Amino acid sequence: MTVEMIREDFPILANHPEVVYLDNAATSQRPKQVTDAITQFYETANANPLRGLYDWSMRATALYEEAREHVARFIGAPLPEQIIFTRNTTESINLVAYSYGLTNIREGDEIALTVMEHHSDILPWQMAARERGAKLTWLEPDAEGVISEAEITAKIHEKTKLVAVGHVSNVMGVTNPVEQIIARAHAVGAVVVIDGAQAVPHHPVNVAELDADFYAFSGHKMLGPMGIGALYVKKEILDKLPPFLTGGEMIEYVTRESATWAELPHKFEAGTVNAAGAVGLDAAVRYLERIGFDFIREREEALTKRMMEALSTLPYIRVFGSADPAKHCGIVTFTVDGVHPHDVSSVLNEDHVCVRAGHHCAQPLMQFLGVGSTVRASVYFYNTEDEVDRFVRALSAVRGVMGYGD
Amino acid sequence: MEIKQLYREIVNEHNLHPNHKGTMTDPTLVLRGVNPSCGDDINLQMKIEDGVITDAMFDGSGCAISQASVDMMIDDIIGKSRDEALDLAGRFMGMIRGTGTEEDLEALDEAAALQDVAHMPARVKCAVLGWHTMEEALANL
Repeated sequence: MTVEMIREDFPILANHPEVVYLDNAATSQRPKQVTDAITQFYETANANPLRGLYDWSMRATALYEEAREHVARFIGAPLPEQIIFTRNTTESINLVAYSYGLTNIREGDEIALTVMEHHSDILPWQMAARERGAKLTWLEPDAEGVISEAEITAKIHEKTKLVAVGHVSNVMGVTNPVEQIIARAHAVGAVVVIDGAQAVPHHPVNVAELDADFYAFSGHKMLGPMGIGALYVKKEILDKLPPFLTGGEMIEYVTRESATWAELPHKFEAGTVNAAGAVGLDAAVRYLERIGFDFIREREEALTKRMMEALSTLPYIRVFGSADPAKHCGIVTFTVDGVHPHDVSSVLNEDHVCVRAGHHCAQPLMQFLGVGSTVRASVYFYNTEDEVDRFVRALSAVRGVMGYGD
Repeated sequence: MEIKQLYREIVNEHNLHPNHKGTMTDPTLVLRGVNPSCGDDINLQMKIEDGVITDAMFDGSGCAISQASVDMMIDDIIGKSRDEALDLAGRFMGMIRGTGTEEDLEALDEAAALQDVAHMPARVKCAVLGWHTMEEALANL
């Protein structure tokens, strides 16, 4: 298997060799196996799933539930019904905050987060804390993005009822010590919500081995379509969890005054579901399994290493996070002295290089790092050494374009 | 105009060597303008005497386009009345929307160099930050 062969599967990459796409942490590209699966669903099995008593609807239901089984297996969930399909990580975390958070968090409790969280893993907890009179406490990393054992012990204690932590930071690329955080949280009686948006696309995840209580991720960062994501919930918690959204498809019986809920997981999937999205995610998972995480990691590490080595020769570039490329999960976040990240990105865009510039939905982390915004280049297994070189070449010219004579 | 050319020909000069950046000792009107999505953050200070903007300065931080745009705006509005300044703001917004006339471009003087931002949707907010802030500040007058 070569990268050239892989790129043939991605029409947008194959048709646009001039473009260097390095914003994979924002969203990945999709191979034709995924878009074909979605088209095939609409052309051969399209009907509203879960309700219709005719062949097309039953087929749509079967495909939707097959996708659930497959996703469950992919992340090591013991039972398919422990996977709730959502729109994305944001919706998954909101589901936990509204359903579990508002039911279980009480006045005086603490919710512990890391300062590296994405806004989607901060705002729902601000809401829950505000509604219930709880307090947010923040775990802070060192300069390389590492959260120490001492920090975990100090910030997670008897008052802590819930810990929300990103598996991999979308800015630093660092993998957080989720095993230690989960062990500490469970020892003090707290549950742990893991934002796995940046982890599931890049390395094997086993939620049962991790002993995670909640694990959220998005399809679109792992070759799947936009608008489909998932939430894993531990069985004993799931059994007691009240519904989040209410309406069609999630009921058992409704009277004028009340209702009883459908069985798991349908109780959490109100309204017509995104069956085509689930089918697309299923195809994405199959594609990733075929490529294999060994290959994915090897490619990402090689590209990250090449990029970080080249950036280290440019004195006006400051890279955040670990000095070890293997600890970046393909994410390289940096600043260019004297040039605002938006100007960097606009200039690179003129050379067809796509990077992200801004606060990356992580303003508390930007404040912690003492920067307003940064530039982020993020690779995936389909990127090439040549693309990294073209990015570095374009980046080396940016200060010149901005009027600096170096 | 492509963006590299825009930077080289217009923006860099005002970004690296602004005419009006700093803190004013005796402003009569001060307003902060922020682009939350980009982090552009300016503090516009104006001195208004008998309905005329006699001096203005800005400080803060942001991308080159936001900084250069507010610097050129201040070139335009010093010596203008409130209504004249608001009229210029209207012309600038029109230019950025792509509906500016020759007359608008002439009235805007050097600030008209940003007309190509109309074709750069991601940078529109940067270019209009200073003008929006001024409009808001003067609206309450």
